[in-house]
Amino acid sequence: MQNDDVIWDVIRHHHCSYMAKIQTGNFCRNPYNVTGICNRSSCPLANSRYATIRDHDGIFYLYMKTIERAHMPNKLWERVKLPKNYMKALEIIDKHLEYWPKLLVHKIKQRLTKMTQYRIRMVKLSKKVREKIMTVPRKEVKRESRREEKALRAAQIENVIEKELLERLNKGVYPDICNYDEEIFNKLLDKNKEEEQEEEEEEEAEVEYVEGDYELEEEEELEEDIEDMGDFLKANNFEDIEGDEDDLEEQPAKKKAYVSYPLKQDDGTEKVRRKGKKVVVEVERDEDMGNRQHNVM
Amino acid sequence: MAKEKKRKAAEEAVDGDDYIEREDKNPKKQKLILASQIKNKEKRSAVYAKLKHEKRVEKRKKIKARDAASKQALELGEEPPEKMVPRTIENTRELDETVCRPDDEELFAGNDADEFSAVLKQQTAPKVLITTCRFNSSRGPAFIKELLSVIPNAQYYKRGTYELKKIVEYAKNKEFTSIIVVHTNRREPDALLLIGLPDGPTAHFRLSNLVLRKDIKNHGNPTSHEPELVLNNFTTRLGHRVGRMIQSLFPQVPNFRGRRVVTFHNQRDFIFFRHHRYVFEVKEKKEGLKDKKSKASQGKTEKKAIARLQECGPRFTLKLVSLQHGTFDTKGGEFEWVHKADMDTSRRRFFI
Repeated sequence: MQNDDVIWDVIRHHHCSYMAKIQTGNFCRNPYNVTGICNRSSCPLANSRYATIRDHDGIFYLYMKTIERAHMPNKLWERVKLPKNYMKALEIIDKHLEYWPKLLVHKIKQRLTKMTQYRIRMVKLSKKVREKIMTVPRKEVKRESRREEKALRAAQIENVIEKELLERLNKGVYPDICNYDEEIFNKLLDKNKEEEQEEEEEEEAEVEYVEGDYELEEEEELEEDIEDMGDFLKANNFEDIEGDEDDLEEQPAKKKAYVSYPLKQDDGTEKVRRKGKKVVVEVERDEDMGNRQHNVM
Repeated sequence: MAKEKKRKAAEEAVDGDDYIEREDKNPKKQKLILASQIKNKEKRSAVYAKLKHEKRVEKRKKIKARDAASKQALELGEEPPEKMVPRTIENTRELDETVCRPDDEELFAGNDADEFSAVLKQQTAPKVLITTCRFNSSRGPAFIKELLSVIPNAQYYKRGTYELKKIVEYAKNKEFTSIIVVHTNRREPDALLLIGLPDGPTAHFRLSNLVLRKDIKNHGNPTSHEPELVLNNFTTRLGHRVGRMIQSLFPQVPNFRGRRVVTFHNQRDFIFFRHHRYVFEVKEKKEGLKDKKSKASQGKTEKKAIARLQECGPRFTLKLVSLQHGTFDTKGGEFEWVHKADMDTSRRRFFI
């Protein structure tokens, strides 16, 4: 019927499906095993009076089996819920396993200790924030790199940047770029003077230019706008003034901006200098340009 | 059966196909066969070469005719025939209803009320905290060093084992305006996390194609002047938001004397970062036999202003992976935009 030795004999020497043989020894996979080693004293099948602690959802239960219920496998294991407090759990174990063999009780208490330790650790770890590694399918990685290359080629970044900078220069965002060659400036100047004498309309346009610097100030503040935004803001600012006229005389006017540098001008360019003065007036309002005033003075 | 089918297909041949006519003794039995169906390799390759040659000759003829027509039209003073515009992916991009329009009042109102307005209106100066992921190796430190030189008023703090949320709090206490976290994977910087403070959005970018300054030929050395910013092609609402976020990293008053420009160029959802020093030059162009000293401008300027760029600083591309509302909180945060594999199915659809 229930002879532990016989059971052990049969299991050990023939076949136990719970036994796992590893390099370091024989282990028992039975969930009710206290120590986890395949031993005569630790085998839950070969001991009619046995107890374990098992963990369910973070709560520990003390399981006990007695020989009286050996013929009812369904009701074999009796369980007692153990409190989370370690000391109280120990007391309860003592109470229930009072008259049991000391070795077993000792093993159970050891198991309880270990389980509480790893429960604490699990809780700590779950609170800690860890990086989760997400994998990306290789196909996507390749696809992205291919698309990036093509986008790079389509972007023509250097050209776009150069165009943008030139636009900004023409708009007048840069009040003080001083890397022009003087000679070439003079030539440009002469050329512009000629153009002026040919078309007198530009003088009238000048008057409007003074209004224009009002916009330019605002533009200087907002020069870091996104390309599109730059356009809309221009649209907003230029509402009252027609865009064409401004564009026309902004360019020659802007060229005059550099006039203030070469001071050794002939008097033939008096007209031009006057314009230069006007430009300085515009620039005065700008914070940066304290230096410029000295030049003209 | 198969042969009949092929014949029918051949009869409905499209111009582009490589069909050749096989002459038969009986003119009624002339068949059209694909060049690729000839079994003999030498014969097949000869036929194919001939076909290609014919096609090429035709194409050249077309181009010549087109050029001649336009030239003629110009000479006659008429309008030249319209130039054909090549079809590009940007031309055929899927219509996106979230594209920002210049007359959008809502957009401007939104801009005033969003998280970056304080920095962008120059009420606070940007202050950037740069840190890394827990394990930083190889190119990470070099990249960070270069980032420090690109972004003015940026500081580097070692990561230690602090949680990112704690770092965000710490930075808030020290009054930073944004955090950049450089994430390294397999010894290469892989991702960039941009967190706006105090309660700004978190943008997660994937970083690729990083080229450090020392690997660029003829690179320049950046100065410490405040750089100018160029943001290109951020058209949609999402792009606009991302653009403003990037803008809030940099000071709003650039120092033009430094002639430094930092560019974020968006092309097909890839944001290319470049850092240049520029110079304006006047380039003289000789127009044929025209005298340089001819005063009258004849529609073609002889002297043009050009900008020349010298690349300095790192070069990399970013791709937006997700944009989260609020500071870093992947579990509880609300995501404004997340990249899903679904979005890659169309080659003409872009989001930024």
